[in-house]
Amino acid sequence: MRRSLTVLVAALLCATPALSQSKAKAENVPEIPYDSVPNFLKLPNDLYLGEGIGVATNSKGHVFVYTRSGDTRLFEFDQNGNYVREIGQGLYGFEFAHAVRVDRDDNIWAVDEGSNMVIKFNPEGRVVLVIGRRPEMVNGLVAGAPPLQPQPYVFNRPTDVGFDSAGNIFVTDGYGNSRVVKFDKNGRFIKSVGSRGSQPGQLNLPHTMAMDALGNVYVGDRSNARVQVFDNDLNFKAIYDNVGNPWAVCVSPGPHQYLYVSNSLPDNGLSQFRDITGEIYKMELDGTIIGKFGRAGKQLKEFSTVHEIDCRNPNELFVAEITAFRIQKIILKPQSSRQKPR
Amino acid sequence: MKPMSILSVGAILVALLMSHLSAQSVPEIAYDSAPNALKFPADNQIHLGEAAGVATNSRGHIFVYTRTGNPSAMMAASRIITHGGSRLFQFDQNGNYVREIGQGIYGFLQAHGVRVDPQDNVWTVDEAANQIVKFSPEGRVLMVMGRKPEVINIRVIQPQPAPTGAAPEGGRGAAAPAGGARGGGGRGAAPGAGGAGDAFNRPSDLAWDAAGNIFVADGHGNARIAKFDKNGRFISSWGQRGSEPGQFETPHSIAVDAQGNVYVADEGNKRIQVFDNNGTFKTQITNIGVPTTICITRGSHQYLYSAHTGDPYGMDDAAIYKLELDGKILGKFGKAGKLSKEFGLVNSIDCRNENELFVGELSNWRVQKLILRR
Repeated sequence: MRRSLTVLVAALLCATPALSQSKAKAENVPEIPYDSVPNFLKLPNDLYLGEGIGVATNSKGHVFVYTRSGDTRLFEFDQNGNYVREIGQGLYGFEFAHAVRVDRDDNIWAVDEGSNMVIKFNPEGRVVLVIGRRPEMVNGLVAGAPPLQPQPYVFNRPTDVGFDSAGNIFVTDGYGNSRVVKFDKNGRFIKSVGSRGSQPGQLNLPHTMAMDALGNVYVGDRSNARVQVFDNDLNFKAIYDNVGNPWAVCVSPGPHQYLYVSNSLPDNGLSQFRDITGEIYKMELDGTIIGKFGRAGKQLKEFSTVHEIDCRNPNELFVAEITAFRIQKIILKPQSSRQKPR
Repeated sequence: MKPMSILSVGAILVALLMSHLSAQSVPEIAYDSAPNALKFPADNQIHLGEAAGVATNSRGHIFVYTRTGNPSAMMAASRIITHGGSRLFQFDQNGNYVREIGQGIYGFLQAHGVRVDPQDNVWTVDEAANQIVKFSPEGRVLMVMGRKPEVINIRVIQPQPAPTGAAPEGGRGAAAPAGGARGGGGRGAAPGAGGAGDAFNRPSDLAWDAAGNIFVADGHGNARIAKFDKNGRFISSWGQRGSEPGQFETPHSIAVDAQGNVYVADEGNKRIQVFDNNGTFKTQITNIGVPTTICITRGSHQYLYSAHTGDPYGMDDAAIYKLELDGKILGKFGKAGKLSKEFGLVNSIDCRNENELFVGELSNWRVQKLILRR
C-alpha cells in the first residue's frame, strides 16, 4: 500500500463541510433528451482510470483527464478518444486531483487539493507556471483550522481555476479557505474575496467555478446549495439557488453562452440521496433554467457523482464521475418545442 | 600637464559619484536569463519540481537536485517509513538531459542542496533524510554522511494567525525558526549545538577547503557548522542558536574561499558570518537582506554572490548581490516573481563561471541560467 503523506493528511482532516445534499427547488423542469457514447475513451490495456475527477478539452478536441488513481495522474486522449500520452509523470504537485481546465491558448491547468497547487502546462506538456506551494514535508502537519487570514500565495485545498479574456487567473480556494482569488496572468496576486458563511458573497465550499466572456465568475457554492455570480472584480452579483448543490459548473463558449450545473449524487454512498440528485441543469447565464438531464446511477447515461463538466461544445459534454472511475461523453439532443421552457 | 589634470578631476568626480551611489543605493547589474537553459527528453517523462540545488562540474555539466515525485509514507507494522520525494538529474554543458543519478536511492527525501567538488564528485544534501551522499563522477555512491531516520517523526504545527495584507516583515529567514525543529542538540549541549559527529538535523549545505576538509551547514534543526576531514571523520563543530557572533539562526548556506575561510549565510540573522578554517569568528557582512544561499567564484579574484529572499512566497522581495570577499557590495540584480529573470525563492546558486550563474528556485520549479553583462 503506497500512500503519500498528504493523502494521509487529507484523510485525517476529512472533517469536511457536511455532505448534505438537497433536492433542487426547481420544479417541472423540461427534460433534455440525450445519449452517452459507449467506450469513448480507449485505454491501453495496462492503463486504468481511477476516480474521474477532472475532464477538459482543448481546441483540437483532445480530452484531458485528471484522475485519482494509484497516484494522481493526468492523461491526454485525442478527439476520437484514443490514448495519446501521460502528462507530468511523477510531478511534485500531483497529489490529490481536483480539477483540470484548458485555457484559450490550449495550456492545461491542473488544480491539486493535496499539494495545494495550481499548475499550468503548455500544450507540449511542460510546466510553465505554478501558483501556491506544496507544504514542505519536514515542516510537519498543520492541524485543525486554516489560518485566520488566508495568505495570497497559499491555498488550502483549492478546487478549480478559470481565466478571463485578459488572462487573469481565478482560483476557488476551496475546502480549507472559503474564497475566490484573482491573480494576473503572470501569477501575481491581485485580490481575494470571500469568507465562510451563508450570506450573499460568503462561501461554504466553493467547489467549482466557470467564467463567461465578460469575465463574470460563476462559483458553485456547494454546501450552500447555490451558484453565486461575481463580476470580474469579485463583487457579488447574483445567486441561483434552485438547482441543488453544485458540484460542477461549466460555461460554454460561443456567442450564446450556457451554464451547466450538476446537482451530483453525493459520494458518501447514502441511498436516500439517490432519487433526489444526479441531474445536470442547462441554464441561461441569467439563471433561467432551460432544461435538465440525467439521474443518479451507475449505468451508461446515469451519473455517479459528477465532479467536472467540459462544455466546449454545448451539445457534446464530457463528464467526469468520481464513483464510476470513468468519463462519459454526453450528446444532448434538441428539445421538442413543447418541452421548451415558458 | 593639462590632460592629466582633467583626467584626475574626472576620476575624482567619478569616485565622488560612486561613493554617493553606494551610500544611496546599490548599483544594478544588467543581466539576461537564457531561455530554456535545460532541455528535457522529448518523451516528457522528466519534470523538475522545486529546484533546491543546482551545481556544475568542470565540464560544465549541470546537476539539479529537485523535490519531485511524491514523497510517500509506507505503513509498516507499527510505523511510518518514508520514501522518495527527490531526484538528481544531470544535463550537459548545452543543457541537454544526460541521465538521472541515484534512482530510488535510500535517502532522497527532501532535496536541499547539491555541490560538485574539485574532483567532479557530486554531493547531495537532503534536509529530511539528514544525509549527505557523495557520488563519483560516474554516479556511484562513494560516501554517506549522517543517517536517514528509520521512521519519520511528524510534528503537528498549530496554525498561526497570518498577518493581514502583504508578506510578514522580516522575510522568510526570520519566519523560519517559528516552524523549525528545535531539538537535535547533543546531550547537555547548548541549543542547536548538535552532537559531536554527523548526526545532522535538517542540514542545508556543504563546502570544501583546498585540503578536502568538509564543512556542513547544519542547518534548520541544529544551528552549527560541522567540520570533517576528507574521509568524513569528524574534526570539530561550532555554533549554537542565537544572534551573537558565532551563533546562528538557520545557517542556510556555506562557502569556502581559496584561503580556507568559511562563509556562512546566517539566514535568520540576516548576515553572512566569516570564520577562519578552524571556526574562529572573523567578521560579518550585513545589508544584503536575508541571505538564503551563497556562492564564491573560483578565479584568482574571487567574488561572493548572495541571494536575498525577503518574503515567504518569492513574489515581493528578492535580489542577488555580488560582493567582494571583504563584504563590499559591488551590485545587485533581479526581483521577485514568476517571469523569466525574476526569482521565486532562490535556494541555490552555481558560480563556477563568474558571469554565467545557474540559479535554482523553489517556488518556480526551475533553473535559470543568468548571463551578467558588464
